[in-house]
Amino acid sequence: MADKVLMKGNEAIAEAAITAGCRFYFGYPITPQTEIAAYMAKRMPKIGGTFLQAESEIAAINMVYGVASAGKRVMTSSSSPGISLKGEGISYMAGSDLPGLIVNVQRGGPGLGGIQPSQSDYFQATRGGGHGDYHLIVLAPASVQEMADLTIKGFELADKYRMMAMILADGTMGQMMEPVSLDFDIKPEPEKPWATTGTQMKRPHNIINSLSLVPEELEEQNFKRYEKYAEIAKNETMYEEYMMDDAEIAIAAFGIAARVSKNAVNEARKKGIKAGLIRPITLWPFPKEPFMKAADHVKQFISVELSMGQMIEDVELAEQCRRPVTLCNRAGGMIPSPEMVLAAIEEAAKNGGAL
Amino acid sequence: MIVFERPHALIDVPLHYCPGCTHGIVHRLVAEVIDELGIEGNTIGIAPVGCSVMAYNYFNCDMIEAAHGRAPAVATGVKRADPSKFVFTYQGDGDLASIGMAETVHAAARNENISIVFINNAIYGMTGGQMAPTSLPGQITQTSPYGRDPKLCGYPIKVCEMLSQVDGAEYLERVAVNNVKNIRNAKKAIKKAFQNQLDGKGFSLVEVISSCPTNWGLTPQNALKWIDEKMIPYYPLGVYKDRSAEEAAK
Repeated sequence: MADKVLMKGNEAIAEAAITAGCRFYFGYPITPQTEIAAYMAKRMPKIGGTFLQAESEIAAINMVYGVASAGKRVMTSSSSPGISLKGEGISYMAGSDLPGLIVNVQRGGPGLGGIQPSQSDYFQATRGGGHGDYHLIVLAPASVQEMADLTIKGFELADKYRMMAMILADGTMGQMMEPVSLDFDIKPEPEKPWATTGTQMKRPHNIINSLSLVPEELEEQNFKRYEKYAEIAKNETMYEEYMMDDAEIAIAAFGIAARVSKNAVNEARKKGIKAGLIRPITLWPFPKEPFMKAADHVKQFISVELSMGQMIEDVELAEQCRRPVTLCNRAGGMIPSPEMVLAAIEEAAKNGGAL
Repeated sequence: MIVFERPHALIDVPLHYCPGCTHGIVHRLVAEVIDELGIEGNTIGIAPVGCSVMAYNYFNCDMIEAAHGRAPAVATGVKRADPSKFVFTYQGDGDLASIGMAETVHAAARNENISIVFINNAIYGMTGGQMAPTSLPGQITQTSPYGRDPKLCGYPIKVCEMLSQVDGAEYLERVAVNNVKNIRNAKKAIKKAFQNQLDGKGFSLVEVISSCPTNWGLTPQNALKWIDEKMIPYYPLGVYKDRSAEEAAK
């Protein structure tokens, strides 16, 4: 087994990105993700890479657009308010079919909000965040190891499908330290014949573009992109099931909420309550199958979130409202405690799924 | 004997520009310079949002269409990805001096080794003639129907003068394309801005005073006169910064 090192989640993302072959990072300082920029500022010059502190989040994402156009692996990171600023560029990248990795270490909102952990950018991430019809591949790590693993995965998926992947973490994941193995088997990067690298007078010119003024053509592009999305939903959906085989009360939670919920499930089992956990790892595509399957034996779902209830809508859609879904949440930078989640499980067990 | 032909870097397709618009002239100058420097195969051009948004259909080199105002940031990414490539942006006044001001100033401050062709025609053309950051005091546009009143909407931005105060900028020149002499000079300036990048000298911007007869409400001929009578007095032509020349003179 490979050696493990103790790292912050933010640092694990940065080192994993370098391991994945990313040599270009553009960012702008914002808590609680600035360690990524600081790490890149130290490491990139030593390995022939580029770290550039952009003048704004808007500039940073457009620098990402430039590097992606040139066919190189590239990333940016930010936290909630900064991701809103990147929304324009993310939409353009989607419209131009450009790959890249974007990290959102979420903090509480709306507006300037706070700097404590949150999951309240779920809607923004899973629905695209900017204007127009598009999706990002959204990956939700629940440990420092997964911060690294999903960074590698994110780059691979982005290149494979020629679209952006997002790590949707939160302040806890970014700041906490855990042992992490950085021993990865990196697949070779695919060829990018579409990239704007100069014609060398040997081929017609390549154009990176999201403008399409003929509606029939723009519609066709959207149809094609959504065919690709359907393929991704079929092939790349990831989730973890914990004690779900006989569960009567099922928690839905991702990221730090899933860590807390797992403790609550263990406590509930000690008390003889058949509780389980479904943890989506890809938030888009959302894992519908485990919820549909669970609805056969589960009496009630509980969506545990660090928001006012966003993923709960996807849970209801996934299990097609066959069983009630309740919300157990804290917001604004607060984290639900295992006791709070356990109380929600006990309440559900007592009511036998009745609302 | 061929005495005049289309530059190789300019694709043989009809341009969408209005009659009398000088975008066509500037496209041609850029393409001629690309040909003369022999850099087409190694060039990546960046189109803006505005009238020249479809420049990617006209230049034979690889092209990228950027979000409104973001071309200097996109160019930064492309150039950093591979500094051996030649990277230019082609931007209008709304794109470069309004929504993209931060990207412009900071690319200059970083002395990004890129070349910018900046079209100043004192109007938003693509959207039908609204007030631009460079519209002149008193200029009537769709969104300044009583004439631009500096008390209400401020004064025009003089990009070359402003950027000349940015230490990072290498070369800034304002030219015009309203007569043969000016056109010849404009080409010289564009060539110098491009050569600067090849020589690794850094951020070079050529501001081209251009016409927009359609949205100025003038005939093409009178639009060219308006450049002499109104635009050039407010935006004097000339070199605003040439760091290498200044250093050599010391």
